[in-house]
Amino acid sequence: MNKGFGMPKGPVATDPRNVPTGGAKKLKVLLRLGVYIFKYKWLFLFALLVAVASNLFALSGPKLSGLAIDAIEFGEGHVDFETVFYYAGLMAVFYVLSSLLGYLLQVIMINLSRSIVRQMREDIFAKLMRMKIGYFDKTQVGDIISRISYDIDTINATLSTDFVQICTTVITVFGALGMMLSISPRLCLVFAITVPASILFTIYNTKHVRPLFRARSAKLGELNGYAEEMLSGQRTIRAYGREKEMIARFDKRNTEAVDAYYKADYYGTLVGPTVNFINNLSLTMVSMFGALLYLGGAISLGNVSSFVLYSRRFSAPINEVANIVSELQSAASAAERVFRLLDEEEELADVADAYGFTDVKGELETENVQFGYEPDRPIIKNLSIKTKPGQVIAIVGPTGAGKTTIINLLMRFYDVDSGEIRLDGTPIREGERAALRRAYTMVLQDTWLFSGTIRDNIAYGASGEVTEERIRECAKAAGIDSFIRGLPDGYDTVITDEGVNVSKGQRQLLTIARAMMSDAPMLILDEATSNVDSRTEMRIQKAMLSLMKGRTCFVIAHRLSTVRGADTILVLRDGEVIEAGNHDELMNMKGFYHSLFHAQFEG
Amino acid sequence: MALGLTIKFLGTIVELALPMILSFMIDDVVPTGDRGMIYKYGGVMFLCALTALVGNILANRVAARVARDTMESLRSALFTRISYLSSRQVDSFTIPSLESRLTSDTYNLHQTIGMMQRMGVRAPILLLGGIFVTVTLEPVLTLVLLSTLPFISIVVYFVSRKGIPMYRFVQEAIDRMTSVVRENAQGIRVIKALTKEEYEKARYDRANDNLTKREKTASLTMASINPVVNVFVNLGFVAVVIVGAYRVNSGATLPGVVLAFMNYFTMITMAMMMITRMVIMVSRATASATRIAEVLDAPVDMAVVPEEETDRLTAEDVPAIEFDDVTFSYNGKKEDVSHVSFRLGKGETLGIIGPTGAGKSTLIQLLMRFYDPDSGTVRIDGRDVRTIPHERLAEKFGVSFQNDFLFADTIRENVDFGRGIADDDVLVAAERAQAAPFIEEKEGGISHSLTIKGANLSGGQKQRLLITRALAGNPEILVLDDSSSALDYATDAALRRAIRENYAGKTTSVIVAQRVSSVKHADLILVLEEGEITGMGTHEELLDSCELYREISESQMGGAVLE
Repeated sequence: MNKGFGMPKGPVATDPRNVPTGGAKKLKVLLRLGVYIFKYKWLFLFALLVAVASNLFALSGPKLSGLAIDAIEFGEGHVDFETVFYYAGLMAVFYVLSSLLGYLLQVIMINLSRSIVRQMREDIFAKLMRMKIGYFDKTQVGDIISRISYDIDTINATLSTDFVQICTTVITVFGALGMMLSISPRLCLVFAITVPASILFTIYNTKHVRPLFRARSAKLGELNGYAEEMLSGQRTIRAYGREKEMIARFDKRNTEAVDAYYKADYYGTLVGPTVNFINNLSLTMVSMFGALLYLGGAISLGNVSSFVLYSRRFSAPINEVANIVSELQSAASAAERVFRLLDEEEELADVADAYGFTDVKGELETENVQFGYEPDRPIIKNLSIKTKPGQVIAIVGPTGAGKTTIINLLMRFYDVDSGEIRLDGTPIREGERAALRRAYTMVLQDTWLFSGTIRDNIAYGASGEVTEERIRECAKAAGIDSFIRGLPDGYDTVITDEGVNVSKGQRQLLTIARAMMSDAPMLILDEATSNVDSRTEMRIQKAMLSLMKGRTCFVIAHRLSTVRGADTILVLRDGEVIEAGNHDELMNMKGFYHSLFHAQFEG
Repeated sequence: MALGLTIKFLGTIVELALPMILSFMIDDVVPTGDRGMIYKYGGVMFLCALTALVGNILANRVAARVARDTMESLRSALFTRISYLSSRQVDSFTIPSLESRLTSDTYNLHQTIGMMQRMGVRAPILLLGGIFVTVTLEPVLTLVLLSTLPFISIVVYFVSRKGIPMYRFVQEAIDRMTSVVRENAQGIRVIKALTKEEYEKARYDRANDNLTKREKTASLTMASINPVVNVFVNLGFVAVVIVGAYRVNSGATLPGVVLAFMNYFTMITMAMMMITRMVIMVSRATASATRIAEVLDAPVDMAVVPEEETDRLTAEDVPAIEFDDVTFSYNGKKEDVSHVSFRLGKGETLGIIGPTGAGKSTLIQLLMRFYDPDSGTVRIDGRDVRTIPHERLAEKFGVSFQNDFLFADTIRENVDFGRGIADDDVLVAAERAQAAPFIEEKEGGISHSLTIKGANLSGGQKQRLLITRALAGNPEILVLDDSSSALDYATDAALRRAIRENYAGKTTSVIVAQRVSSVKHADLILVLEEGEITGMGTHEELLDSCELYREISESQMGGAVLE
């Protein structure tokens, strides 16, 4: 018995009650976004400086034009042209500089935000590669893609404009406030009413909008997930003529998605006009009180006009901020989805000082292994196998008996619930996962190939550099070389997604060639030739034998003829080995294997 | 939509009145010293502000609704069109690209439609209104300001013309990234088993870098509009101040007018900013719209041919399925099926066997009219399949392909597939497909939910479920394309027995298989090799006449692969 490793059993369910809610959560999301920006802190600081400078120049515009107009104000025949030209000249220079800096700022921010977005996309993908295999059984690819595209896009929009805008806004607001104070402190009192009003409104609105944006991201993800799923099954849908039903189902999700979008919009659109209204209110008050002050002789006409301009400059950013806050909501919901993916449970990290599995001999042993995908429903019960290097172990049994699950455990796609698996005497849990997997090469029923050339797909099986000869050699051995050469582009033929140009069986031969590229000491054949006809199978028999030679092999097959020569045949039923031995021994037992064997000749 | 635009129009006009009143107050009311009038006009301004508030909110909501409705129907139309694309068309668009058109591109459009209505009314009104008011105030100064417009238009035109193709490149890069992610999700087991994570990361990074580069280029190009427009507008304003100074000096205008000009100028600048933002978004949306239109406008491929144009066989014993000298090629170069002819009577069973890549599945695809043959005719009940409306054709079939499609829903739904099949029939079909035992074991039976792609089922369970689906509709023609390869022999034998007992004589069956045992009882067996029929007949006949068949048969019944 093993001494009871403190293995966490099954996925550690995240208790929804533990998830920080509301403000705390949002803050955390923003902080995490901040971490990404922090990587570029110097660039970001520089951007801020540029933004400040650009704004200061732009801010001087009204002041200068006010001064110029003051010089005009003397009326007919008394205009002070020297002053007008002086200030007009300054205005021109300032505006040009401001625009130049504005462009520079955009260039910086585009570079910055794109780098961050690129990084996030990379992180997501790297995360996907570390994810437990089961993740892909419960998450629609379309939803993942929605996170990589829509959600990250939303974040990008915020990063590239809003962050700098918030910072410059603060500057503009204070700059304008200073200017206005210098003109007329009394008029500034107007803002003592309108600014808090804007703030209160924004806070109020934010509360309503936040969950709506969250729903919007989620619904879009769902829609994408569904679309992806249905597009993948397009052929079958056509075969059954079920287009109408599938369209109706798509429409339902589509309606939900656009509705969620609309609801977020519905509240979102309150912000602009409302804050605008508050601004117009200040304009009204400023002009009224300004007029009254002018009448009282407390202010010049030019100053009233400058003040009005500044007050617009002052309120425009407040307007902006209100809008940004609502955009931030949508970015925060998007970021939340991205971070949730980044926080998904990964494959357990290798233990410290993990064994590197070098020079593997291929002696594999499982001891009292028990495992279930759901903790209370064991698929594998008390499995003990022992192999010597170079032996061929066949696993047979009815479908659903747990054959593929054993492979999952051997390759550590899942960790056992109890018991232990040892390779060359080292518990595989104490080794490096990657090194363990490198010790195997495999051919699966699943004939996955990526969209690339045939050459690249075959070379995929090797861990290092490969020569063209080696690729051809393996293709020849797998009996697929002549087919490949018959293709118009030969080895450069690009395998497409659904692959009309290469049949299922040919794809399987390609995966066999791919497996041959490897020099791993162990081999897994999981229904390796199920898509290949038996004549082709015979033809590649020599190759299969050479593939198996010197390796410890695990063979899962239904064609019992394929497993006859195995050193040990394990007959699996309901997760338990019910019979074990070589073919002759098992036949003599006249048990389950015997009946399985005869079934194939019945018809 | 017209309503929304009208409301928006009013709201914007009212907002426009604000600075006008302001100017009037300063120029005309203030000098009179009448405080009452100042309050009165202040009140009017307040009312205007209020009207603008209500108007804009209403209008924005209408805009949001219009955007929603537009998007709902556009996306639905797009999905519908995609559903009816021919296999060839799907092959050429590729699924990842269709997927990103359906999602990323429609999303771009959605955003733009909403914004266009909000800003699209506001910006031109602000601009035109601003220009109109300034013209009435002071035509000469307005002309000065307007003199910058041609320059601005030229810049905007050229930049956006450059921008649109750039955004198209961006979307294409998204396609590629989407395709890598899809592939990885599908092949994760293989990737992990071969420890190719780093390789895949590198592959993805290339797609990611490429996308980033294209996004940058597009954004940077479009970003240049803003500062250029700004410079022009602002320089125009400087010119206004100078010319204004001359005109005031010559008595042609009043200082208050120049002051009011400044206010309108701010407005005009804002309008210009909005317009440039719109140009950017519209450029992006145009690229997306084109991609969507490409799908929507894709010609109807494989239309139903009017029956008069083909000859219909009307003899008494017309075959259920007939291939008449059919030749077909996927790529137009190598023939995947050449000169295939056979006839199958109603209720009979056809077995198709042959080496990998012989064209077995292609025959099925032709029979179901996923593709049209290059020459020759495929007939069902004497009728050319090209003359049978798609839905009528589809309802004849119950089919299970190799590695067919299961989705995240209940077992019942996966079998029913939207056909409205009664639970009892589902259960009967499951029984015959040998799926009943494992379904019963699942929690909830046929209400048990499958995970994505049926990942919580074993390979053999999946196949039996797919066969259940094929049987559940009591089809005229049952097609099983290598769909029992993952079944153990005992189950496979039981399945064949059940099909024979329940469907023989009633249902015409086509069975593609690797195993001789799967087809040996068929009424007609085709032995295919490299797209050609090398043997045709019953099991016994073929054992005599067809060497290839004999070889296959012997290899399966006897000799071991491993020694």
